Amino acid sequence: MKKGVLRCGHVQIRVLDMAEALEHYRDRMGLIEMNTDDQGRVYLKGWTECDKYSVILREADEAGMDFMGFKVDSDERLDALKQDLIDFGCEVDELPAGDLADCGRRMSFVAGTGHRFELYADKEQTGRWGVGHHNPEAWPENLKGMKATRLDHCLLYGEDLDSTFKLFTEVLGFWLTEQAMDGDMRIAQFFTCSMKEHEIAFIKSEGNTGAFHHASFYLESWQDVLHAADIISMHDISLDIGPTRHGLTHGATIYFFDPSGNRNETFCGGDYFFPDHPVTTWDAAQLGKAVFYHSRELNDRFLTVTT
Amino acid sequence: MTALHKITVENKDDEFDCPPEKSLLSGMEQQAKKAIAVGCRGGGCGYCKIRILSGEYDTKKMSIKFVTHEEQQQGFALSCRVFPRSDMNIIAIN
Repeated sequence: MKKGVLRCGHVQIRVLDMAEALEHYRDRMGLIEMNTDDQGRVYLKGWTECDKYSVILREADEAGMDFMGFKVDSDERLDALKQDLIDFGCEVDELPAGDLADCGRRMSFVAGTGHRFELYADKEQTGRWGVGHHNPEAWPENLKGMKATRLDHCLLYGEDLDSTFKLFTEVLGFWLTEQAMDGDMRIAQFFTCSMKEHEIAFIKSEGNTGAFHHASFYLESWQDVLHAADIISMHDISLDIGPTRHGLTHGATIYFFDPSGNRNETFCGGDYFFPDHPVTTWDAAQLGKAVFYHSRELNDRFLTVTT
Repeated sequence: MTALHKITVENKDDEFDCPPEKSLLSGMEQQAKKAIAVGCRGGGCGYCKIRILSGEYDTKKMSIKFVTHEEQQQGFALSCRVFPRSDMNIIAIN
């Protein structure tokens, strides 16, 4: 948090059919439906999240990610970071408060990989859903499906990892936690601004721009990952791979697709970060183990299918 | 029992049977065939793109990033969003 960026705060995902998407994100993944705005966008959150929402679904003619938002620690910080982004060479659009429901003004810009990001300082806080903050119980009893606790991070595919590296480390104050190297070329980069092993990650993909690999949601235990796998089978959800473990970050994971083909991850555990930690490096020759720690084999679909 | 439709993948020299309530891709996967590449199965990623040469079918919405409206008119589609209404002849793109 060198530059006041707190965390991955929200992601807006394009879906082909809102009713199908809501059944998936609300009833299967267990996110809480919070709001619908006058454009028809639906806002959801994981039950442990204090802010009002972290996932925004927008019905569109194509799947993918519209943008990902990071919360910063103050309104003053927004203006400072806006200037830093402009000095770096980004075109910054300032969106007024209320453009996204219950959210303050946002600074929107595009990274070298073609993905749109934004910074914001204020969002309505509704507190932890179902338990609150005054003598709270351990968990709400009426959660659905996988009981996803929070939006954790996103993984994105693009070509220009180098300028995006500078953008996140030098302008936004993120730390590089893990990387995969093919000789001198960085082919995967994981960044954090918190104790999480990654808030955002990028994988190099020649000729790809703005591609969405997955949005990831945190579960409490390996048992919960297996429970998520059961939900996937019970409801014939499109499975990608898992349950398994990653070498990168060491999280225990399962990947699947929403009804519009956007990839989701639910995972538990994994490594943590402090600013004095060294960078963890994976060699390209070990990429199979880095991605899938148990099978140690790369999976063509996981490497190439994006929205 | 539901009638099965025969789906012939001409450029892969392969065929499989598919019921009308299943997408072509799902029908293919159920018979452990690999004539069409399997991606997200949700119409979003473009991996299972095909061109339909003959046959009746219905479609669900698919991402215009991978199949434009013009291409849909020409018979291109994502096989995870195509439901057969007769025997069909198709070409797998990937």
